[in-house]
Amino acid sequence: MNVVLEINNLCKNYADFSLQNINMSLEKGTLTGFIGPNGAGKTTTIKSILNMIQPDQGKITVLGLDSVHNDLAIKSKLGVVLDDGHFYEDLTLQKMTRLIAPMYSTWDNQAYHAYLDKLELPEDKKIKHLSRGMRMKYALVLALSHGAELFILDEPTAGLDPLVRSELIEILKDIVLADNKTVLMATHITSDLDKIADYLFFIVNGQIILHGPKDEIKDQHAIVKGDPALLLPDHADHFVGLNKSSYGFEGLTDNKAALKKVLPSQTVYEVPSIEDILNYYARRPSC
Amino acid sequence: MNIIIKNSAEVPIYEQIMNQIKAAILSGELKEGDLLPSVRGLARDLNVSVITTRKAYDCLEAEGFTINMMGKGSFVAPQNMELLRETRLMEIEKRLTDILDYGKPVGISGADLKNIIDVLIREE
Repeated sequence: MNVVLEINNLCKNYADFSLQNINMSLEKGTLTGFIGPNGAGKTTTIKSILNMIQPDQGKITVLGLDSVHNDLAIKSKLGVVLDDGHFYEDLTLQKMTRLIAPMYSTWDNQAYHAYLDKLELPEDKKIKHLSRGMRMKYALVLALSHGAELFILDEPTAGLDPLVRSELIEILKDIVLADNKTVLMATHITSDLDKIADYLFFIVNGQIILHGPKDEIKDQHAIVKGDPALLLPDHADHFVGLNKSSYGFEGLTDNKAALKKVLPSQTVYEVPSIEDILNYYARRPSC
Repeated sequence: MNIIIKNSAEVPIYEQIMNQIKAAILSGELKEGDLLPSVRGLARDLNVSVITTRKAYDCLEAEGFTINMMGKGSFVAPQNMELLRETRLMEIEKRLTDILDYGKPVGISGADLKNIIDVLIREE
């Protein structure tokens, strides 16, 4: 496996929050979804990767280079899109780009204009007059125009309408599948990841609680519904969470195969969405 | 070759891909030496993860349906049709036994089953 990003035992303590032993590795040519509720530690992790904060402990290797000692070399190969673009509001796109482009030795003006046309961004418009979707597209175009190998996106689809979101998703798919680049995407909009993610990392309260290939996770888990009378006390081991009402029970199992053997027919097994999985894990009392 | 993926299905996605490629090979739609679509190309067209497509291809190779050649792609392997027919027949026997057992407790006889099969064949 060709590893593009590796995080070992990353820890960071704040007064009211701590990131505990984060481990992660990203395979080249794949898209990894980084999912968790607000305040779970997604942005703290991303800022550590980008060397914007100093971790208390741990080692991060980006494209084979140490993240602290090779800051500049790494940054030129990263395409980063953060929550808000941090652009100068009064500049036009053209002027803003003229400021940013010289910072990259690998800037590709031809690619830049090609993406600008493709995403229909008007170069003479001022940044403050762009819609949220256009801002995000512009940030993405900048990230795409300097030959980056690894793309790190923090909530790229937040606040966008479904049409613009699916347009962005198509672009990301192109980056990964056609150009063999790697993407790490932090988000709480999990339906986007249902469509395109290869790997998933779930983070809750500063800890990675679940990770693996998306389809394997979805195969192992299931939403189970049925008559509460069928449930025996030792079935509880197979459930991440369980809700009972007067009409029946509904729960999430993390071992569908084992549960199916002990819990017979008359029970409904459904393929869970990433959101279902996150909901059950996040609500679980922390262990 | 058509491949239809059902996201809500009980069958894992990699198995769905495998089964449909297998079916295409068994029906002769894909012939010995034919090149399968690339892992990435297929993942893209089917809207599924590359990991899953790769797993399907690896399993197809493990079962002897295809040969993966580094850097060149996956090719349909020569098939021993006699052997395939034999394994299918055994599988059918096994399933029919299950069906017989399934009918017995409520008094569905072998003759009833034959009738059902006759009707199904005529409808086809």
